[in-house]
Amino acid sequence: MVTNNGIVYLIALPLIGSLLLLLLGRKADKWGHLLATALSASSFAVGLFQLSEMLSRETENRPVTQKLFNWISVGSFNVDASLLLDQLSICFVLLITGVGTLIHIYSISYMSHDKDRRRFFAYLNLFIAAMLLLVLGDSYLNLYVGWEGVGLASYLLIGFWNQKQAYATASKKAFVMNRIGDMGLSFAIMIAFASLGTVSFSGVKEQAHYASEATMTAIGVALLIAAVGKSAQFPLQAWLGDAMAGPTPVSALIHAATMVTAGVYLIVRSNFVFEAAPTAQLLVLIVGAITLMFGAIVGTAKDDIKKVLAASTMSQIGYMILGAGLGPAGYAFAIMHLLTHGFFKAGMFLGAGSVMHGMNDEVNMRKYGALRKFMPITFITFGLGYLAIIGVPPFAGFYSKDMIIETAFNAGGLKGILLGSTALLGAAITAFYMTRVMILTFTSPKRWDEDQHPHESPILMWAPMAILAIGSVTSGFLLSRGNALKHWLEPLFEEHGEHQELLAPIVVSGLTLLMVAIGVASAVIKYQLSDVDEVAPESVSTFTRFARRDLLQDDINEALFMRPGQAITSALVKIDERVVDGAVRGIGKIAIGSGAQLRKVQTGYVRSYAALILVGAVALIAAIWVVTQ
Amino acid sequence: MINFYSPTLEYSLLAPILIVLGGALIGVLIEAFAPAASRTRSQLFITLTSLVLSLAALIKVRNEGSASAAMESVTFDGAGVLLQASILVLAIISVFLLADQENFTALAAALPGSEQERDSLRQDLKVTEIYPLTLFAVAGMMLFPVATDLITLFVALEVLSLPLYILAGLSRRRRLMSQESALKYFLLGAFSSAFFLMGIAYLYGYSSSVSLSGIHAAVVGGSGNDIYLLLGIAFLSVGLLFKVGAVPFHAWTPDVYQGAPTAVTAFMAAATKVAAFGAMLRIFYVCFAEAYWQWRPALIAIALVTMAFGSLVAIAQKDVKRMLAYSSIAHAGFLLAGVISLNKSGLDATIFYLFVYGVATVGAFAIVTLVRDSAGEVTDLNRWSGLGKRSPWVATAFAGFLLAFAGIPLTSGFIGKFAIFSAAYESGSTAILITGVLASAIAAFFYIRVIVLMFFKDPIEDGTTVVIPSLFTQVAITISTVITFALGIYPTPLINFIQSTAQFIR
Repeated sequence: MVTNNGIVYLIALPLIGSLLLLLLGRKADKWGHLLATALSASSFAVGLFQLSEMLSRETENRPVTQKLFNWISVGSFNVDASLLLDQLSICFVLLITGVGTLIHIYSISYMSHDKDRRRFFAYLNLFIAAMLLLVLGDSYLNLYVGWEGVGLASYLLIGFWNQKQAYATASKKAFVMNRIGDMGLSFAIMIAFASLGTVSFSGVKEQAHYASEATMTAIGVALLIAAVGKSAQFPLQAWLGDAMAGPTPVSALIHAATMVTAGVYLIVRSNFVFEAAPTAQLLVLIVGAITLMFGAIVGTAKDDIKKVLAASTMSQIGYMILGAGLGPAGYAFAIMHLLTHGFFKAGMFLGAGSVMHGMNDEVNMRKYGALRKFMPITFITFGLGYLAIIGVPPFAGFYSKDMIIETAFNAGGLKGILLGSTALLGAAITAFYMTRVMILTFTSPKRWDEDQHPHESPILMWAPMAILAIGSVTSGFLLSRGNALKHWLEPLFEEHGEHQELLAPIVVSGLTLLMVAIGVASAVIKYQLSDVDEVAPESVSTFTRFARRDLLQDDINEALFMRPGQAITSALVKIDERVVDGAVRGIGKIAIGSGAQLRKVQTGYVRSYAALILVGAVALIAAIWVVTQ
Repeated sequence: MINFYSPTLEYSLLAPILIVLGGALIGVLIEAFAPAASRTRSQLFITLTSLVLSLAALIKVRNEGSASAAMESVTFDGAGVLLQASILVLAIISVFLLADQENFTALAAALPGSEQERDSLRQDLKVTEIYPLTLFAVAGMMLFPVATDLITLFVALEVLSLPLYILAGLSRRRRLMSQESALKYFLLGAFSSAFFLMGIAYLYGYSSSVSLSGIHAAVVGGSGNDIYLLLGIAFLSVGLLFKVGAVPFHAWTPDVYQGAPTAVTAFMAAATKVAAFGAMLRIFYVCFAEAYWQWRPALIAIALVTMAFGSLVAIAQKDVKRMLAYSSIAHAGFLLAGVISLNKSGLDATIFYLFVYGVATVGAFAIVTLVRDSAGEVTDLNRWSGLGKRSPWVATAFAGFLLAFAGIPLTSGFIGKFAIFSAAYESGSTAILITGVLASAIAAFFYIRVIVLMFFKDPIEDGTTVVIPSLFTQVAITISTVITFALGIYPTPLINFIQSTAQFIR
């Protein structure tokens, strides 16, 4: 493969920015945010340059690598710290640095009153660098470094506003759930290392043909666990809603456009693993289908605008995972939806931030209404994102979502019908809850107090929103024209055979639009044409109540994992501190030392410790004895 | 009629140990004859000089392997050199911490709370005996992993242990607790030494030999009574597992770690682990390798329980030293994974892990010594909240060590864990891999909780401050931090060196 020594600048620029801002401390307060923004923008420029270079090369020469140094070299096992820039990673590079830069610009104004703005920008830059490392690593181990790095940066960013207890708790839940995902990734790496002898993408791809299906399934399932944790998919979805406690630009960057899509990247990148492991691939489909419904249902019941967007993100990533599970036919569409989603969802998050900015940080949509008149630009940009997400042609979401639904139907047999119908139903619910957001926020009568003075945000905030809105309008058309993205990514995947068509594309599009129309219409009837309560009504159906409680995700997690976990821990602590002593007390008091100084300052008595050693020794002998016999 | 031979000693190979012992003796003479005022400085000088000289001697002879450095009692080989070098490096870093006399009592013999104690504090007396005691302990630790007959092994065990018992009781503050923990450590240590001796007796009964090669020959020949072998392995293991703090022989660890002066805890936690695991590696790899089907399942069980137990109980700890103690128990479990791998990559991985874990441990405890209020060190974790806002550098360094313990990439801990679990998986222990990764994930939870506490919670205004570190402590923390991150980013040279060097001569 061709070597290109320019790749590292993509990562180095934001990394340098974050280090400078952290090391210089208060000295950089005046200009730190500008430097960070400039460095993020230059990284985007490097990305554009790389893209133009890549376009000028022949298809087979497009992927380029750069070896940084020899990281681990243990006998025959060799891991270089190397970067790989190919057709897939360049998409992510441009998304991360592009949206990232816009969010930097937005944050200059959004965070202008925060005395720690410099630190915030340092973390933003750190996040960008880590995320780039994640998508540019050429092996699972390098990816893992970026993977942990974005985790770290995201805790720093979520926890940035840590005056409130809720923020700390949110960080904690996000941490635990992500940890489970990270564990999945380390399992995958160690299994690949131990049974395939390599952890690089190219190495695993090569070995995938020879390895047993059981091995590939194990790796695939472990990778899926990793993706599920990072991308907030069922059953590790609970953290995303709570993570909304962080600053809104962070939600736009991390929880909409970039980090949460890392799971999709991982699955698409590991396409060779899932091709060799049908069971794991089926699991991917199931996870995607469940999550897209789960998120959509939760989205209908939330009153907090950011939580609705979070639920919607979860659901849209469900679509992407579904697409990624559909094999070579779906990879390109999963990535296309990821890119278009990056535009419209980031735009809507920034829009939500703009609304909150004008409404004294109020997030309850029942306290909004009629903001169209006061925030016209926000309304228009948010509205364009809205049209994109529900999938109205010719806006971006129409192209990408429609293709996923179509491919799902074409998956064949009962599976195809089930998946296709789920995706179709999800589209209707999406249309419903997003219309609800639009109506409650912008077009319904005003429900806010007189002391609120809603106003449009400054240009530094609305300009990024406008740019993202342009993306929400055009990106779908541009990426799907002549199957541009599909052909671009094609060389990376092993296509096999033609797929049968269950329904003609035009029928699928028609059905989808019909479902969307139904969703929009019911929302209009329920919210625009009738009055909206200022507080959420109490007498609602059980179903609504469940949806408001995120379909009981926290209760289930608590009952299944938290309580037993706590019980085990406290039981062990008790055993360690008391039970041992209690059990031994009967044996008699062994005289130890000169009493007075050995009062029970600490919980442990020497005699009980000694007895424990004795018990251990007997157990050890017994164990060896049993084995020997 | 028994013939006696005068022993032949390869002095050049024994020089590293002899230099440390010589330094210790000079230290004793200084205590006896030098005026009190000049003792601190001269002791520190002698201690550091002899440790550095010993390291130099070790580097000089590193390629001269020999199975008979002292008549089969001491075997000098690649693995031994690496372990000795690790112990010396860790000891040197720890001595920088010991040099901060604020940690130690003014007069060890004075009763806590007595008039004599107040006098000694007023006169600003110093317990300079800690230096020769440390050197004696280091000498014992260096002998422990190279000893190849069981009697020498036992002598080394006692030489390394006895000074530690005393050192553990010398804390300046909370002296009752410190003395209690020292006595506890001593009693339990004696108890486990008795097991160790019993093990030696059984193994002699089994093989009519106390040398590792002799016992190995008997194991291979299979002529002895297997019951004796079984009991011998079990009892010997109890003694070793006690020293490394594996469950269920761990109970002393939290109490002693908490009670001992923090500098001593650092030294003990880092260097003792290297010595004890070094000896364990030699015994199981050289002596009992062929009887693996007997001891391996039991040791795997202990490793699993130790990892899980240490990680889970650490979650509930509210004292930073106790938390680090339980974390060290969990790490003992991870290290056991290397011992039971019983292959070359297991040996390499264990040696690497021992070194990097030791360095991070010394660094972490060094930082504990800095967080104080008017009554001494503050080890209550709740009072560490907001530390990152007041002292970002200290908190960042501590966070770095915790990330290394947690095995996050770009720290040395990640490379160590990766190497050791892969070695275990290679040897067929899927259970170790799964439990190990699970336990690391649980462990990461409480490490990160401390980081969150330091950086994301508001400081409590209760007089908890970070003192400006003395030059010595600064050096210790800097060295540890640099090593921890350097070996995470670029571990290849050290790994290659260990791979090419680490081997046991039978």
